Amino acid sequence: MISVNGLDVVFGRGHRALRAVADASFEVEAGGVYGIVGESGSGKSTILNVLSGLNRRWNGTVTIDGERQGQRRDQDFHKKVQMVFQDPYGSLHPRHTVDRILSEPVAIHGLGQAEDRVLRALEEVGLGPEFRFRYPHQLSGGQRQRVAVARALILEPRILLLDEPTSALDVSVQAEVLNLLTGLQRRRNLTYILVSHDLAVVAHMCRRIAVMNRGVIVEELGVETLRRRAPEHPYTRQLLDASIGYNREAVATMEEFEGGV
Amino acid sequence: MTALLEVDNLHVTFATRKETIEAVRGVSFTMGREKLGIVGESGSGKSVTCRALLGLVRPPGKVTADRLVFDGAELEQNDARTMQGIRGRRIAMVMQDPKYSLNPVMTVGEQIAEAYRIHARASRAEARRKTIEMLEAVKIRRPEQVYASYPHEVSGGMGQRIMIAMMLIPGPDLLIADEPTSALDVTVQLQLLAIMDDLVQERGMGLIFISHDLNLVASFCDRIVIMYAGRIMEVCSAADLHQARHPYTRGLLNCLPQIDTPPGELPVLERDPAWRDGVS
Repeated sequence: MISVNGLDVVFGRGHRALRAVADASFEVEAGGVYGIVGESGSGKSTILNVLSGLNRRWNGTVTIDGERQGQRRDQDFHKKVQMVFQDPYGSLHPRHTVDRILSEPVAIHGLGQAEDRVLRALEEVGLGPEFRFRYPHQLSGGQRQRVAVARALILEPRILLLDEPTSALDVSVQAEVLNLLTGLQRRRNLTYILVSHDLAVVAHMCRRIAVMNRGVIVEELGVETLRRRAPEHPYTRQLLDASIGYNREAVATMEEFEGGV
Repeated sequence: MTALLEVDNLHVTFATRKETIEAVRGVSFTMGREKLGIVGESGSGKSVTCRALLGLVRPPGKVTADRLVFDGAELEQNDARTMQGIRGRRIAMVMQDPKYSLNPVMTVGEQIAEAYRIHARASRAEARRKTIEMLEAVKIRRPEQVYASYPHEVSGGMGQRIMIAMMLIPGPDLLIADEPTSALDVTVQLQLLAIMDDLVQERGMGLIFISHDLNLVASFCDRIVIMYAGRIMEVCSAADLHQARHPYTRGLLNCLPQIDTPPGELPVLERDPAWRDGVS
């Protein structure tokens, strides 16, 4: 469904150039849930921005649904691929009602029957019709993220790109949103790429996982390997140790990993 | 263990035009020179509790308590001058985001030295020497260079070390850390906790560590206070957290995704209205 080969992204030029993503390659099959995990600045979100067409300066090959993608994407592409962002406080227009937020993509794509679609989308993300004419500030963080998911789903895409969809939420709300995403994926056989800094979230959601550090995919592994706590790369092992919690002795052995660039 | 801090029936309310919001509703706890974790979700009142201790709740917020005793003396919330003497010097607070806590137009070294001079009346040269020492104590490798840099030139993890240095330089007895590491990467987060851990132990201080991360608090602190809707649901020793009895604590623990449990539906936290009223 998605195939990325030798992806390179460089920000800036000359001596200040920063290779944010270096020679990244991976494949996601249709209906698969693929995770990218890494710390801040590792390039995980940059990969999503390339896939979604938000970043137009990159090199390499990106093939989505059998079509090789150029720097610019057309409207059909966006009907197929949608993205959910990290911060539901920043990604919804504060002065648009939920109805307007959800009908806008319907109008852009000329799909018609906006009302039906809005109501169906709301229902699908577990919000009742009473939420239709509310403004974002009248919603909790979890409800906002549900609206953001509804906006992505309303075009009936086949691929959802999820950029830290639960990092801004409380753990109990995170559980609800993750359950919602799992349910939708199964019902609609969607393909997900989930980016997160939280190893536990990625392990819960994904079958295959890429671990990134400083722009490089240092390891790609199946979730079973992670569960057995048997990753190959020392960086992955360190992330795994850190995700367990605080341990004074373990902290002393932590090291900085150089990127492979 | 003599008590460093005693809080008895603390209430914080905010009156708005429409209603009065009770952010903290009858919180009581006692702590010694230990690491106490306060855990809760957003809106549980954990930060407001600590701001109230420091007299940082501004009108229309109102703080009342039956007793607030710090190191044997009553904390006079209404006496601005006494609070001025305690805030920073005896009780210090590290906030979540160093980006907003540091003055952007002053070098970090000058800011730390200023904090020292206000509390210790030292000469400039003496303050500078102490600041460099303190930067070394928080494991900053090139303290002279960092002394002269501006906040925008340092990373988030470095910024938070600088905040800790600044808060610890007057030698307080109690450090309150309000989500000090939530904005940082896991490894940086743990390194920072190790620095705090060591310093608090060396200096025999008390630490209140506020966080939403139950696992982190359980592995870092000695005791844990679990808050919900402005009340304390449960206090338990960190080692016994996984045997916690309160349904809210259990719910919080269960809804965390785990690396080694198979995927599927996560149990969702059902909130019992009775917790809000403190009947249970």
